[in-house]
Amino acid sequence: MKFIVSVKQVPSRDSALKIDGNGTGLDDSDLTYEMNEPDAYALEEALQLKEKLGGELVVVSLGPATVTQTIREALAKGADRAIHIQTERAPSDALAIARLLAKAIASEAPDFVLTGLQSDDLGFGQTGVLLAELLGFPHATIVMEVEPQGDSVRVKRELEDGWFQHVTMPLPVVLTIQSGIKRLRYATLMGIKKAKAKEIRVLQASELDTAGASPTETVRVYLPERSKQLQLLSGDPKQIAHQLVEMLRFEARAI
Amino acid sequence: MSVLVVFEHRAGKWNRMSFEALTAGLNLRDVFGDVYGVAIGHNLGELATEASRYGAQKVFVLDHALVADYTPDGYSLALESLIGQVEPDLVIFPHTYQARDYAPKVAARFGKPLVSDVIGVNGNDKTFVRQLFQGKLNSELKFADGSGFISVQAGAFRAAEPGAQPGAVEPFEVSLDGSQIRSKPEAPFREAQRSVDLNAADVIVSVGRGIKEKENLKVVEELAEALGAELAASRPICDNGWLPMERQVGSSGQTVSPKVYFAVGISGAIQHLVGIKGSKTIVAINKDENAPIFESADYGAVGDLFEIVPALTEEIKKAKA
Repeated sequence: MKFIVSVKQVPSRDSALKIDGNGTGLDDSDLTYEMNEPDAYALEEALQLKEKLGGELVVVSLGPATVTQTIREALAKGADRAIHIQTERAPSDALAIARLLAKAIASEAPDFVLTGLQSDDLGFGQTGVLLAELLGFPHATIVMEVEPQGDSVRVKRELEDGWFQHVTMPLPVVLTIQSGIKRLRYATLMGIKKAKAKEIRVLQASELDTAGASPTETVRVYLPERSKQLQLLSGDPKQIAHQLVEMLRFEARAI
Repeated sequence: MSVLVVFEHRAGKWNRMSFEALTAGLNLRDVFGDVYGVAIGHNLGELATEASRYGAQKVFVLDHALVADYTPDGYSLALESLIGQVEPDLVIFPHTYQARDYAPKVAARFGKPLVSDVIGVNGNDKTFVRQLFQGKLNSELKFADGSGFISVQAGAFRAAEPGAQPGAVEPFEVSLDGSQIRSKPEAPFREAQRSVDLNAADVIVSVGRGIKEKENLKVVEELAEALGAELAASRPICDNGWLPMERQVGSSGQTVSPKVYFAVGISGAIQHLVGIKGSKTIVAINKDENAPIFESADYGAVGDLFEIVPALTEEIKKAKA
């Protein structure tokens, strides 16, 4: 079996986010990066599937040179090799990103393509579904359990409000993996050592022949304003209670 | 020029977010033109008529045995044929788990972008606002060629209200073949029986980490009782097992839209705020004046919940007496 895991590098969770001079993106001068956490769960699921079924696991990631650090981490955890689609700046549009990833993945002819259900930075939550469409594979999103069954796979999906569903699909497939379903492994020292010898193939995004430019334009990025007018209640607890009761009675008509 | 809004139903009921998406469409009527709805399913009957009461100019019904159960292939193909015919400039989905599962696919078939999880629309510039970094930043985008798809976040728009008279309903012929549907879904199931429907509550008293100990829940239970309200909680309270999971509000719990939502000792993480945005009035009681919950609240009391909540319970009892 061949497994592909699409992994994104994102600014660390505790990064101080500053808007760039154009007001349309992030100032990346002081940013530190980490593997997008949902993708770390996809990688873990793929590593466990590979341990069960055998085969090869290839990590694909898109972005500037800093992405190498995230790729090395995936290789140290047990991925066999990697493809780095290099761009100075990743597109800010889900479809443009997916077109590049799909181009690189298609030539690998995988059985399973796994990715996280969304990214912690842009949060479009579309990469997996778009890859499935562009590669012509069936897919399932927000997957909790993966049961391979020969040339098909049965998965447990999370629906809303505490509902779940099993779905069976023929391989090859794209799955987006729910976060938190398995414990993430750490890279061992041996793993880190071995990773240094593993192949990272670099493709230039500009040389991948993908259809069309980014279909969206970012007009501006800004700090959210307070959307509601907060009325702060003052006084002692009794006075606060009194004001709330007035509101409940005459405004909300809830009592 | 037109807008197509995709409605969603489950177990014989419309998902309220369908009509929030419709509101987003109606808000853009001046720039994008007529607003149509679409219902997908098999033998929808009354459900389709009901959908037509909410203000769409017309509701298309895509009826086929192969879309009786949701599959990404079935729904994408059905919707693709309608969109190909109607050629809307804007397609709007509610940002549900189901839409997330197939809306990007449909958009990609037309080579169009899907701006997902939109929290605001601006008709004048035809721009859409969405959040980055889980709500730490906002970004405003537009379609490069003026047309595309969006999905709207739960609670970002107030759901359209049904009128007394049904509107126009138009069946749209879909041809589907079983071989086009690659995934075989089984019946949805629940692992824990849920008996509480917080969505039906007019008033909700919700409690967070600020309550400190399970024994202290009594304070909010008494407030809920005095108000005739449902008791709810943020995730940590349910993770601790202090209240059952079925009372959890937020992205991994229930989405609620009561008249009044009391957030007691809840700091207001984005995952919680997503679940309460549809509330008409939010009252926050928290000792930390910088808690993000105050940014979403209409009324705020900064102070000790163990003093304010009992005082409030007392005043409500008096007012009701």
